[in-house]
Amino acid sequence: MHDATISQLAQKLKNRTISSKELTEYFLTRISRLDPSLNSFITVSQEEALAQAKAADARLASGDVTPLTGIPIAHKDIFCTKGVKTSCGSRILDNFVSPYDATAVAKLKAAGAVMLGKTNMDEFAMGSSNETSFYGPVHNPWDTDRVPGGSSGGSAAAVAARLVSGATGTDTGGSIRQPAALTGITGLKPTYGRISRYGMVAFASSLDQAGTLTRTAEDAALMLQIMAGADERDSTSLPESVPDFSRAQRSIWENITIGVPDNFFDDSLETQNAQLIREALSVFEKLGARIKDIHLEHIRLSVPAYYVVASAEASSNLSRFDGVRFGHRAKHFEDLAEFYMRTRGEGFGSEVKRRILTGTYVLSAGYYDAYYLQAQKVRQLISQDFARAFETVDLIAGPTTPTPAFRIGQKTDDPIQMYLNDIYTIGAPLAGLPALSIPCGFVKNLPVGLQLIGPHLSEEKLLKAGFYYQQETDWHNHVPPGYEA
Amino acid sequence: MLLNREDVEKLCLLSRLEITPEEMDDVSAKLSDIVNMVNQLQDAETSGVLPMAHPLDQSQRMRKDKVTETDNQEQYQQNAPLVERGLYLVPKVIE
Repeated sequence: MHDATISQLAQKLKNRTISSKELTEYFLTRISRLDPSLNSFITVSQEEALAQAKAADARLASGDVTPLTGIPIAHKDIFCTKGVKTSCGSRILDNFVSPYDATAVAKLKAAGAVMLGKTNMDEFAMGSSNETSFYGPVHNPWDTDRVPGGSSGGSAAAVAARLVSGATGTDTGGSIRQPAALTGITGLKPTYGRISRYGMVAFASSLDQAGTLTRTAEDAALMLQIMAGADERDSTSLPESVPDFSRAQRSIWENITIGVPDNFFDDSLETQNAQLIREALSVFEKLGARIKDIHLEHIRLSVPAYYVVASAEASSNLSRFDGVRFGHRAKHFEDLAEFYMRTRGEGFGSEVKRRILTGTYVLSAGYYDAYYLQAQKVRQLISQDFARAFETVDLIAGPTTPTPAFRIGQKTDDPIQMYLNDIYTIGAPLAGLPALSIPCGFVKNLPVGLQLIGPHLSEEKLLKAGFYYQQETDWHNHVPPGYEA
Repeated sequence: MLLNREDVEKLCLLSRLEITPEEMDDVSAKLSDIVNMVNQLQDAETSGVLPMAHPLDQSQRMRKDKVTETDNQEQYQQNAPLVERGLYLVPKVIE
Protein backbone atom coordinates (compact mmCIF):
# COMPACT_ATOMS: atom_id res chain seq x y z
CA MET A 1 0.00 0.00 0.00
CA HIS A 2 2.78 2.45 0.92
CA ASP A 3 4.49 1.83 -2.40
CA ALA A 4 1.51 3.05 -4.41
CA THR A 5 1.67 6.48 -6.04
CA ILE A 6 -0.93 9.20 -5.47
CA SER A 7 -2.46 8.35 -8.83
CA GLN A 8 -2.77 4.65 -7.91
CA LEU A 9 -4.16 5.41 -4.44
CA ALA A 10 -6.69 7.84 -5.90
CA GLN A 11 -8.00 5.00 -8.06
CA LYS A 12 -8.32 2.68 -5.06
CA LEU A 13 -10.09 5.37 -3.03
CA LYS A 14 -12.44 6.14 -5.89
CA ASN A 15 -13.27 2.42 -6.35
CA ARG A 16 -13.78 2.22 -2.59
CA THR A 17 -11.38 -0.74 -2.32
CA ILE A 18 -9.76 1.21 0.48
CA SER A 19 -10.92 4.05 2.71
CA SER A 20 -9.02 7.21 3.53
CA LYS A 21 -9.30 6.26 7.22
CA GLU A 22 -7.51 2.94 6.59
CA LEU A 23 -4.89 4.67 4.47
CA THR A 24 -4.33 7.42 7.03
CA GLU A 25 -4.03 4.99 9.94
CA TYR A 26 -1.67 2.84 7.90
CA PHE A 27 0.67 5.73 7.13
CA LEU A 28 0.51 7.13 10.67
CA THR A 29 1.60 3.72 11.98
CA ARG A 30 4.36 3.64 9.41
CA ILE A 31 5.57 7.08 10.49
CA SER A 32 5.69 6.10 14.16
CA ARG A 33 7.55 2.89 13.29
CA LEU A 34 10.06 4.24 10.77
CA ASP A 35 10.49 7.97 11.31
CA PRO A 36 12.72 7.65 14.39
CA SER A 37 15.46 6.55 11.95
CA LEU A 38 14.90 9.60 9.72
CA ASN A 39 13.61 12.53 11.82
CA SER A 40 11.66 13.71 8.79
CA PHE A 41 8.69 15.05 10.75
CA ILE A 42 8.67 17.95 13.21
CA THR A 43 4.98 17.51 13.99
CA VAL A 44 2.68 14.56 13.34
CA SER A 45 -0.90 15.84 13.39
CA GLN A 46 -2.66 12.56 14.07
CA GLU A 47 -5.92 13.99 15.39
CA GLU A 48 -6.39 16.44 12.52
CA ALA A 49 -5.40 13.74 10.01
CA LEU A 50 -8.02 11.29 11.27
CA ALA A 51 -10.70 14.00 11.22
CA GLN A 52 -9.73 14.97 7.67
CA ALA A 53 -9.75 11.30 6.62
CA LYS A 54 -13.27 10.90 7.98
CA ALA A 55 -14.42 13.96 6.02
CA ALA A 56 -12.66 12.64 2.92
CA ASP A 57 -14.43 9.29 3.20
CA ALA A 58 -17.77 11.10 3.34
CA ARG A 59 -16.81 13.02 0.20
CA LEU A 60 -15.68 9.85 -1.54
CA ALA A 61 -19.05 8.27 -0.72
CA SER A 62 -20.87 11.25 -2.20
CA GLY A 63 -18.78 11.19 -5.37
CA ASP A 64 -17.55 14.78 -4.93
CA VAL A 65 -13.86 13.98 -5.39
CA THR A 66 -10.57 15.36 -6.66
CA PRO A 67 -7.47 13.19 -7.33
CA LEU A 68 -6.19 14.23 -3.88
CA THR A 69 -9.32 13.46 -1.88
CA GLY A 70 -8.36 11.13 0.96
CA ILE A 71 -4.65 11.05 0.03
CA PRO A 72 -2.18 11.36 2.94
CA ILE A 73 0.28 14.18 2.36
CA ALA A 74 2.65 16.27 4.48
CA HIS A 75 3.56 19.94 4.44
CA LYS A 76 7.01 21.39 4.82
CA ASP A 77 7.00 23.22 8.14
CA ILE A 78 7.42 26.54 6.31
CA PHE A 79 3.71 26.53 5.37
CA CYS A 80 1.31 28.03 7.89
CA THR A 81 -1.24 25.46 9.00
CA LYS A 82 -4.15 26.68 11.07
CA GLY A 83 -4.09 25.30 14.62
CA VAL A 84 -0.90 23.30 14.00
CA LYS A 85 2.60 24.35 15.03
CA THR A 86 4.53 26.07 12.22
CA SER A 87 8.18 26.30 13.29
CA CYS A 88 10.06 26.82 10.01
CA GLY A 89 12.73 24.64 11.61
CA SER A 90 13.63 27.43 14.03
CA ARG A 91 13.74 27.88 17.77
CA ILE A 92 12.33 31.38 17.31
CA LEU A 93 9.03 29.85 16.07
CA ASP A 94 9.13 26.74 18.27
CA ASN A 95 6.00 27.92 20.12
CA PHE A 96 4.16 29.35 17.10
CA VAL A 97 0.75 27.92 16.25
CA SER A 98 -0.44 29.45 13.02
CA PRO A 99 -3.81 31.21 13.22
CA TYR A 100 -4.42 30.68 9.47
CA ASP A 101 -3.67 28.38 6.53
CA ALA A 102 -1.28 29.20 3.71
CA THR A 103 -3.11 29.38 0.36
CA ALA A 104 -1.39 26.20 -0.91
CA VAL A 105 -2.41 24.41 2.29
CA ALA A 106 -5.99 25.72 2.10
CA LYS A 107 -6.30 24.57 -1.52
CA LEU A 108 -5.06 21.06 -0.76
CA LYS A 109 -7.36 20.94 2.26
CA ALA A 110 -10.31 22.03 0.13
CA ALA A 111 -9.43 19.28 -2.36
CA GLY A 112 -9.74 16.74 0.45
CA ALA A 113 -6.07 15.86 0.96
CA VAL A 114 -5.26 14.55 4.44
CA MET A 115 -2.36 16.26 6.23
CA LEU A 116 -0.35 13.78 8.31
CA GLY A 117 2.01 16.40 9.66
CA LYS A 118 4.72 18.98 9.12
CA THR A 119 8.11 17.99 7.79
CA ASN A 120 11.57 18.91 9.03
CA MET A 121 13.61 21.46 7.11
CA ASP A 122 16.69 23.63 7.27
CA GLU A 123 16.02 26.61 9.54
CA PHE A 124 14.09 29.22 7.51
CA ALA A 125 14.91 27.08 4.43
CA MET A 126 18.55 28.18 4.65
CA GLY A 127 20.61 25.12 3.93
CA SER A 128 21.31 22.33 1.50
CA SER A 129 21.58 19.42 3.91
CA ASN A 130 18.80 19.77 6.48
CA GLU A 131 21.47 20.07 9.16
CA THR A 132 20.56 23.62 10.20
CA SER A 133 17.18 22.60 11.63
CA PHE A 134 16.58 23.37 15.33
CA TYR A 135 14.99 19.91 15.46
CA GLY A 136 18.11 18.07 14.36
CA PRO A 137 19.24 16.73 11.01
CA VAL A 138 17.09 14.56 8.75
CA HIS A 139 18.67 11.28 7.66
CA ASN A 140 18.66 10.05 4.08
CA PRO A 141 16.69 6.77 3.86
CA TRP A 142 19.24 5.45 1.30
CA ASP A 143 22.00 5.76 3.89
CA THR A 144 21.09 7.17 7.27
CA ASP A 145 24.65 8.46 7.79
CA ARG A 146 24.05 10.82 4.91
CA VAL A 147 22.04 14.02 4.41
CA PRO A 148 18.77 14.00 2.44
CA GLY A 149 19.61 17.42 0.98
CA GLY A 150 17.77 20.56 1.87
CA SER A 151 16.07 22.63 2.63
CA SER A 152 12.96 20.48 1.98
CA GLY A 153 14.87 17.48 3.38
CA GLY A 154 12.08 16.21 5.62
CA SER A 155 9.55 16.20 2.79
CA ALA A 156 12.03 14.41 0.51
CA ALA A 157 13.04 11.76 3.06
CA ALA A 158 9.41 11.11 4.03
CA VAL A 159 8.29 10.62 0.41
CA ALA A 160 11.36 8.50 -0.45
CA ALA A 161 10.81 6.24 2.58
CA ARG A 162 7.11 5.92 1.67
CA LEU A 163 5.96 7.53 4.92
CA VAL A 164 3.63 9.74 2.93
CA SER A 165 2.41 9.75 -0.69
CA GLY A 166 3.46 13.27 -1.53
CA ALA A 167 4.60 16.43 0.18
CA THR A 168 4.87 20.14 -0.36
CA GLY A 169 8.20 21.92 -0.42
CA THR A 170 9.66 25.29 -1.27
CA ASP A 171 12.56 26.13 -3.54
CA THR A 172 14.59 29.33 -3.30
CA GLY A 173 17.94 28.11 -4.67
CA GLY A 174 17.28 24.40 -5.15
CA SER A 175 15.48 23.40 -1.97
CA ILE A 176 13.00 21.09 -3.74
CA ARG A 177 15.11 19.73 -6.59
CA GLN A 178 18.33 19.04 -4.65
CA PRO A 179 16.71 16.93 -1.88
CA ALA A 180 14.51 15.19 -4.48
CA ALA A 181 17.68 14.23 -6.38
CA LEU A 182 19.52 13.03 -3.29
CA THR A 183 16.61 10.84 -2.15
CA GLY A 184 15.57 9.42 -5.53
CA ILE A 185 12.21 11.13 -5.97
CA THR A 186 10.59 13.70 -8.26
CA GLY A 187 10.78 17.37 -7.28
CA LEU A 188 9.03 20.19 -9.11
CA LYS A 189 9.78 23.88 -8.68
CA PRO A 190 7.18 25.74 -10.75
CA THR A 191 7.55 29.16 -12.37
CA TYR A 192 7.99 32.03 -9.90
CA GLY A 193 4.46 33.08 -8.95
CA ARG A 194 2.69 29.95 -10.21
CA ILE A 195 1.72 29.01 -6.64
CA SER A 196 0.76 31.65 -4.09
CA ARG A 197 3.36 32.51 -1.44
CA TYR A 198 0.66 33.60 1.01
CA GLY A 199 1.27 31.88 4.33
CA MET A 200 4.71 30.61 3.32
CA VAL A 201 7.25 31.96 5.80
CA ALA A 202 9.31 34.35 3.65
CA PHE A 203 13.02 33.76 3.09
CA ALA A 204 13.89 35.56 -0.18
CA SER A 205 10.68 36.92 -1.63
CA SER A 206 11.88 37.39 -5.21
CA LEU A 207 13.01 33.75 -5.39
CA ASP A 208 10.76 31.70 -3.06
CA GLN A 209 8.43 29.30 -4.84
CA ALA A 210 6.28 26.48 -3.50
CA GLY A 211 6.29 23.12 -5.25
CA THR A 212 5.94 19.39 -4.87
CA LEU A 213 7.90 16.34 -3.80
CA THR A 214 6.36 13.16 -5.14
CA ARG A 215 7.36 9.76 -6.41
CA THR A 216 6.45 10.51 -10.05
CA ALA A 217 5.96 13.37 -12.48
CA GLU A 218 2.39 12.12 -12.84
CA ASP A 219 1.79 12.79 -9.13
CA ALA A 220 3.53 16.17 -9.35
CA ALA A 221 0.97 17.20 -11.99
CA LEU A 222 -1.88 16.14 -9.70
CA MET A 223 -0.61 18.21 -6.78
CA LEU A 224 0.38 21.23 -8.87
CA GLN A 225 -3.09 21.29 -10.43
CA ILE A 226 -4.57 21.96 -7.03
CA MET A 227 -1.87 24.27 -5.64
CA ALA A 228 -1.43 26.57 -8.67
CA GLY A 229 -3.30 29.74 -9.52
CA ALA A 230 -3.59 33.45 -8.89
CA ASP A 231 -4.25 34.59 -5.34
CA GLU A 232 -5.58 37.95 -4.23
CA ARG A 233 -3.44 37.62 -1.12
CA ASP A 234 -0.14 37.37 -3.02
CA SER A 235 0.35 40.21 -5.47
CA THR A 236 3.29 38.35 -7.02
CA SER A 237 1.19 35.28 -7.86
CA LEU A 238 0.74 35.03 -11.62
CA PRO A 239 -2.65 35.94 -13.11
CA GLU A 240 -2.28 33.34 -15.90
CA SER A 241 -4.88 30.59 -16.06
CA VAL A 242 -3.85 27.12 -14.93
CA PRO A 243 -3.74 24.50 -17.70
CA ASP A 244 -4.75 20.84 -17.27
CA PHE A 245 -1.31 19.43 -16.40
CA SER A 246 -2.31 15.74 -16.35
CA ARG A 247 -3.91 16.01 -19.75
CA ALA A 248 -0.94 17.87 -21.21
CA GLN A 249 1.38 15.27 -19.72
CA ARG A 250 -0.39 12.41 -21.47
CA SER A 251 -0.67 14.14 -24.84
CA ILE A 252 1.14 12.60 -27.80
CA TRP A 253 4.93 13.03 -27.69
CA GLU A 254 6.20 15.72 -29.98
CA ASN A 255 9.85 15.80 -30.83
CA ILE A 256 11.54 18.44 -28.79
CA THR A 257 15.01 19.88 -28.67
CA ILE A 258 16.83 19.60 -25.36
CA GLY A 259 19.70 21.97 -24.71
CA VAL A 260 22.62 20.70 -22.66
CA PRO A 261 24.80 23.50 -21.24
CA ASP A 262 28.50 22.68 -21.27
CA ASN A 263 28.74 24.74 -18.04
CA PHE A 264 26.77 22.03 -16.22
CA PHE A 265 29.49 19.47 -16.98
CA ASP A 266 32.29 21.22 -15.14
CA ASP A 267 34.98 20.01 -12.74
CA SER A 268 32.64 19.87 -9.77
CA LEU A 269 30.46 17.20 -11.41
CA GLU A 270 31.56 13.70 -10.42
CA THR A 271 32.35 11.40 -13.33
CA GLN A 272 29.78 8.76 -12.46
CA ASN A 273 27.07 11.38 -12.05
CA ALA A 274 27.97 12.83 -15.46
CA GLN A 275 27.73 9.35 -16.98
CA LEU A 276 24.20 8.84 -15.60
CA ILE A 277 23.07 12.23 -16.94
CA ARG A 278 24.36 11.31 -20.41
CA GLU A 279 22.51 7.98 -20.21
CA ALA A 280 19.33 9.83 -19.23
CA LEU A 281 19.75 12.12 -22.23
CA SER A 282 20.03 9.07 -24.48
CA VAL A 283 16.62 7.93 -23.20
CA PHE A 284 15.19 11.21 -24.48
CA GLU A 285 17.03 10.68 -27.76
CA LYS A 286 15.37 7.28 -28.10
CA LEU A 287 12.04 9.02 -27.55
CA GLY A 288 12.95 11.21 -30.51
CA ALA A 289 14.32 14.32 -28.80
CA ARG A 290 17.18 16.22 -30.38
CA ILE A 291 20.07 17.03 -28.06
CA LYS A 292 21.85 20.32 -28.65
CA ASP A 293 24.95 21.68 -26.93
CA ILE A 294 24.45 25.14 -25.51
CA HIS A 295 26.41 27.59 -23.40
CA LEU A 296 25.11 29.80 -20.59
CA GLU A 297 27.69 32.53 -20.35
CA HIS A 298 26.91 34.04 -16.95
CA ILE A 299 25.69 31.00 -15.04
CA ARG A 300 29.07 30.75 -13.29
CA LEU A 301 28.07 33.91 -11.41
CA SER A 302 24.82 32.43 -10.17
CA VAL A 303 26.13 31.33 -6.76
CA PRO A 304 27.53 34.78 -5.78
CA ALA A 305 24.50 36.60 -7.26
CA TYR A 306 22.20 34.29 -5.34
CA TYR A 307 23.97 34.75 -2.01
CA VAL A 308 23.74 38.52 -2.32
CA VAL A 309 20.07 38.65 -3.36
CA ALA A 310 18.85 35.89 -1.06
CA SER A 311 20.76 37.11 2.00
CA ALA A 312 19.70 40.72 1.44
CA GLU A 313 16.04 39.77 1.20
CA ALA A 314 16.36 37.40 4.16
CA SER A 315 17.89 40.07 6.40
CA SER A 316 14.92 42.26 5.62
CA ASN A 317 12.25 39.53 5.87
CA LEU A 318 13.58 38.13 9.13
CA SER A 319 13.48 41.51 10.86
CA ARG A 320 9.86 40.66 11.79
CA PHE A 321 11.08 38.17 14.38
CA ASP A 322 11.49 40.54 17.29
CA GLY A 323 9.92 38.75 20.26
CA VAL A 324 7.05 41.23 20.55
CA ARG A 325 3.92 39.73 18.99
CA PHE A 326 4.87 36.07 18.56
CA GLY A 327 7.74 33.64 18.80
CA HIS A 328 10.62 33.30 21.24
CA ARG A 329 11.42 36.14 23.64
CA ALA A 330 14.61 36.39 25.70
CA LYS A 331 14.13 36.37 29.46
CA HIS A 332 17.10 38.47 30.53
CA PHE A 333 17.97 41.87 29.08
CA GLU A 334 18.95 45.35 30.20
CA ASP A 335 17.50 47.63 27.55
CA LEU A 336 15.53 47.56 24.32
CA ALA A 337 18.51 46.94 22.01
CA GLU A 338 19.58 44.02 24.17
CA PHE A 339 15.98 42.73 24.24
CA TYR A 340 15.97 42.44 20.44
CA MET A 341 19.56 41.26 20.12
CA ARG A 342 19.25 38.52 22.71
CA THR A 343 15.82 37.37 21.52
CA ARG A 344 17.16 36.99 17.99
CA GLY A 345 20.57 35.72 19.12
CA GLU A 346 18.89 32.92 21.09
CA GLY A 347 16.17 32.28 18.53
CA PHE A 348 18.23 31.93 15.34
CA GLY A 349 20.81 29.28 14.55
CA SER A 350 24.27 29.99 13.16
CA GLU A 351 23.48 29.64 9.43
CA VAL A 352 20.51 32.00 9.70
CA LYS A 353 22.68 34.49 11.60
CA ARG A 354 25.33 34.30 8.89
CA ARG A 355 22.77 35.05 6.19
CA ILE A 356 21.23 37.95 8.12
CA LEU A 357 24.69 39.45 8.69
CA THR A 358 25.67 38.92 5.05
CA GLY A 359 22.43 40.54 3.95
CA THR A 360 22.92 43.46 6.30
CA TYR A 361 26.47 43.89 5.00
CA VAL A 362 25.50 43.97 1.31
CA LEU A 363 22.65 46.38 1.99
CA SER A 364 24.56 48.72 4.27
CA ALA A 365 25.38 52.29 3.30
CA GLY A 366 28.05 52.47 0.62
CA TYR A 367 27.77 48.80 -0.38
CA TYR A 368 24.27 48.66 -1.87
CA ASP A 369 25.29 49.51 -5.46
CA ALA A 370 28.36 47.30 -5.43
CA TYR A 371 26.53 44.25 -4.14
CA TYR A 372 22.73 44.21 -4.29
CA LEU A 373 22.33 46.29 -7.43
CA GLN A 374 25.22 44.55 -9.16
CA ALA A 375 23.74 41.14 -8.23
CA GLN A 376 20.36 42.13 -9.71
CA LYS A 377 22.16 43.16 -12.90
CA VAL A 378 24.02 39.86 -13.05
CA ARG A 379 20.71 38.15 -12.42
CA GLN A 380 19.34 39.93 -15.49
CA LEU A 381 22.29 38.67 -17.54
CA ILE A 382 21.73 35.09 -16.33
CA SER A 383 18.05 35.40 -17.18
CA GLN A 384 18.87 36.75 -20.67
CA ASP A 385 21.22 33.79 -21.27
CA PHE A 386 18.35 31.40 -20.53
CA ALA A 387 15.93 33.40 -22.72
CA ARG A 388 18.40 33.25 -25.63
CA ALA A 389 18.84 29.50 -25.16
CA PHE A 390 15.08 28.96 -25.20
CA GLU A 391 14.90 30.56 -28.64
CA THR A 392 16.43 27.36 -30.04
CA VAL A 393 15.65 24.67 -27.43
CA ASP A 394 12.43 23.59 -25.69
CA LEU A 395 14.01 22.43 -22.45
CA ILE A 396 17.43 22.50 -20.83
CA ALA A 397 18.81 19.38 -19.18
CA GLY A 398 21.68 18.66 -16.85
CA PRO A 399 22.53 17.30 -13.42
CA THR A 400 20.60 18.45 -10.36
CA THR A 401 23.63 18.10 -8.06
CA PRO A 402 27.37 17.63 -8.57
CA THR A 403 27.56 14.55 -6.31
CA PRO A 404 25.25 12.05 -4.63
CA ALA A 405 24.26 12.64 -0.97
CA PHE A 406 27.20 13.57 1.24
CA ARG A 407 27.76 12.53 4.85
CA ILE A 408 26.12 14.29 7.76
CA GLY A 409 28.69 16.73 9.15
CA GLN A 410 30.89 16.60 6.04
CA LYS A 411 30.28 20.20 4.94
CA THR A 412 28.87 21.91 8.03
CA ASP A 413 32.11 23.70 8.79
CA ASP A 414 32.55 25.19 5.34
CA PRO A 415 29.58 27.31 4.20
CA ILE A 416 31.11 27.95 0.77
CA GLN A 417 31.41 24.22 0.01
CA MET A 418 27.82 23.82 1.14
CA TYR A 419 26.67 26.69 -1.09
CA LEU A 420 28.45 25.22 -4.11
CA ASN A 421 26.30 22.12 -3.82
CA ASP A 422 23.49 24.26 -5.33
CA ILE A 423 25.57 25.30 -8.32
CA TYR A 424 23.23 23.72 -10.92
CA THR A 425 19.93 24.54 -9.25
CA ILE A 426 20.40 28.25 -8.47
CA GLY A 427 20.11 29.50 -12.08
CA ALA A 428 16.42 28.59 -12.50
CA PRO A 429 15.09 30.55 -9.51
CA LEU A 430 17.29 33.55 -10.34
CA ALA A 431 15.51 33.65 -13.71
CA GLY A 432 12.12 32.62 -12.26
CA LEU A 433 12.08 29.47 -14.41
CA PRO A 434 10.28 26.21 -13.63
CA ALA A 435 12.47 23.13 -13.17
CA LEU A 436 12.05 19.45 -12.41
CA SER A 437 14.37 16.86 -10.90
CA ILE A 438 13.72 13.21 -11.70
CA PRO A 439 15.65 10.12 -10.59
CA CYS A 440 18.02 8.82 -13.29
CA GLY A 441 20.16 6.14 -11.63
CA PHE A 442 22.42 5.30 -8.74
CA VAL A 443 26.05 5.80 -7.81
CA LYS A 444 27.12 3.33 -5.10
CA ASN A 445 23.47 2.76 -4.14
CA LEU A 446 22.82 6.49 -3.80
CA PRO A 447 20.26 8.13 -6.09
CA VAL A 448 21.15 10.72 -8.72
CA GLY A 449 18.79 13.29 -10.26
CA LEU A 450 18.39 14.66 -13.76
CA GLN A 451 17.34 18.28 -13.90
CA LEU A 452 15.08 19.69 -16.59
CA ILE A 453 14.59 23.46 -16.83
CA GLY A 454 11.91 25.08 -18.99
CA PRO A 455 10.90 28.57 -20.08
CA HIS A 456 8.46 30.57 -17.93
CA LEU A 457 5.10 28.80 -17.48
CA SER A 458 6.26 25.64 -19.26
CA GLU A 459 5.24 23.22 -16.49
CA GLU A 460 3.19 21.26 -19.04
CA LYS A 461 6.29 20.56 -21.13
CA LEU A 462 8.42 19.73 -18.09
CA LEU A 463 5.88 17.37 -16.58
CA LYS A 464 5.32 15.71 -19.93
CA ALA A 465 9.04 15.11 -20.41
CA GLY A 466 9.21 13.72 -16.86
CA PHE A 467 6.18 11.52 -17.42
CA TYR A 468 7.50 10.06 -20.69
CA TYR A 469 10.94 9.50 -19.16
CA GLN A 470 9.35 7.61 -16.28
CA GLN A 471 7.42 5.41 -18.73
CA GLU A 472 10.79 4.35 -20.17
CA THR A 473 12.71 3.96 -16.91
CA ASP A 474 12.05 2.58 -13.45
CA TRP A 475 14.50 4.57 -11.28
CA HIS A 476 11.55 6.23 -9.55
CA ASN A 477 10.27 2.82 -8.41
CA HIS A 478 13.35 1.88 -6.37
CA VAL A 479 12.66 1.72 -2.64
CA PRO A 480 15.39 2.47 -0.08
CA PRO A 481 16.55 -0.74 1.66
CA GLY A 482 14.93 -1.06 5.08
CA TYR A 483 11.82 0.82 3.97
CA GLU A 484 10.38 -1.80 1.60
CA ALA A 485 8.03 -3.26 4.21
CA MET B 1 40.30 38.79 6.81
CA LEU B 2 37.91 41.11 4.98
CA LEU B 3 35.78 41.66 8.05
CA ASN B 4 37.33 42.20 11.45
CA ARG B 5 35.72 41.94 14.85
CA GLU B 6 34.64 45.57 14.84
CA ASP B 7 32.92 45.23 11.47
CA VAL B 8 30.99 42.21 12.69
CA GLU B 9 30.01 43.95 15.91
CA LYS B 10 28.62 46.83 13.87
CA LEU B 11 26.65 44.45 11.64
CA CYS B 12 25.31 42.71 14.74
CA LEU B 13 24.01 45.99 16.10
CA LEU B 14 22.46 46.95 12.74
CA SER B 15 20.82 43.51 12.54
CA ARG B 16 19.84 43.45 16.23
CA LEU B 17 21.51 40.09 16.53
CA GLU B 18 23.61 38.93 19.46
CA ILE B 19 26.75 36.94 18.74
CA THR B 20 28.56 35.59 21.78
CA PRO B 21 32.25 36.51 22.22
CA GLU B 22 33.13 32.82 21.71
CA GLU B 23 31.36 32.78 18.33
CA MET B 24 32.92 36.03 17.14
CA ASP B 25 36.13 34.72 15.50
CA ASP B 26 34.34 31.95 13.66
CA VAL B 27 31.61 34.34 12.45
CA SER B 28 34.18 36.91 11.24
CA ALA B 29 36.14 34.24 9.38
CA LYS B 30 33.12 32.71 7.68
CA LEU B 31 31.57 36.07 6.78
CA SER B 32 34.90 37.08 5.26
CA ASP B 33 34.86 33.91 3.14
CA ILE B 34 31.34 34.67 1.97
CA VAL B 35 32.12 38.31 1.12
CA ASN B 36 35.21 37.10 -0.71
CA MET B 37 33.07 34.67 -2.70
CA VAL B 38 30.43 37.25 -3.64
CA ASN B 39 33.16 39.69 -4.68
CA GLN B 40 33.34 37.66 -7.92
CA LEU B 41 30.40 39.81 -8.99
CA GLN B 42 32.62 42.85 -9.22
CA ASP B 43 34.31 41.48 -12.35
CA ALA B 44 31.08 41.12 -14.29
CA GLU B 45 30.57 43.63 -17.10
CA THR B 46 27.16 45.13 -16.35
CA SER B 47 27.24 48.62 -17.81
CA GLY B 48 23.92 49.36 -19.46
CA VAL B 49 22.24 46.32 -17.86
CA LEU B 50 18.99 47.03 -16.04
CA PRO B 51 18.84 45.43 -12.62
CA MET B 52 16.14 42.76 -12.46
CA ALA B 53 12.96 43.90 -10.74
CA HIS B 54 10.81 40.83 -11.42
CA PRO B 55 11.80 37.59 -13.17
CA LEU B 56 8.71 37.74 -15.41
CA ASP B 57 8.77 41.52 -15.82
CA GLN B 58 5.44 41.83 -14.05
CA SER B 59 4.43 44.90 -12.18
CA GLN B 60 2.73 44.94 -8.83
CA ARG B 61 -1.03 44.37 -9.08
CA MET B 62 -3.28 46.72 -7.16
CA ARG B 63 -6.38 45.64 -5.32
CA LYS B 64 -9.48 47.54 -4.28
CA ASP B 65 -8.96 49.48 -1.08
CA LYS B 66 -11.56 47.63 0.98
CA VAL B 67 -11.50 45.79 4.27
CA THR B 68 -11.09 42.05 3.74
CA GLU B 69 -9.77 40.84 7.08
CA THR B 70 -11.92 40.41 10.14
CA ASP B 71 -10.77 41.16 13.67
CA ASN B 72 -8.79 38.19 14.99
CA GLN B 73 -6.98 39.97 17.77
CA GLU B 74 -7.74 37.42 20.45
CA GLN B 75 -6.66 34.52 18.30
CA TYR B 76 -3.47 36.27 17.19
CA GLN B 77 -2.53 37.21 20.72
CA GLN B 78 -2.52 33.57 21.76
CA ASN B 79 0.91 33.48 20.13
CA ALA B 80 2.17 36.54 21.98
CA PRO B 81 4.87 36.19 24.65
CA LEU B 82 3.14 38.66 26.99
CA VAL B 83 -0.33 40.21 26.79
CA GLU B 84 -2.41 42.22 29.24
CA ARG B 85 -5.96 43.49 28.61
CA GLY B 86 -5.52 42.92 24.88
CA LEU B 87 -2.23 44.82 24.74
CA TYR B 88 1.17 43.43 23.78
CA LEU B 89 3.54 44.01 26.68
CA VAL B 90 7.06 45.13 25.82
CA PRO B 91 9.98 46.26 27.96
CA LYS B 92 10.17 49.93 28.90
CA VAL B 93 11.32 51.78 25.77
CA ILE B 94 11.31 55.40 26.99
CA GLU B 95 14.02 56.39 29.41
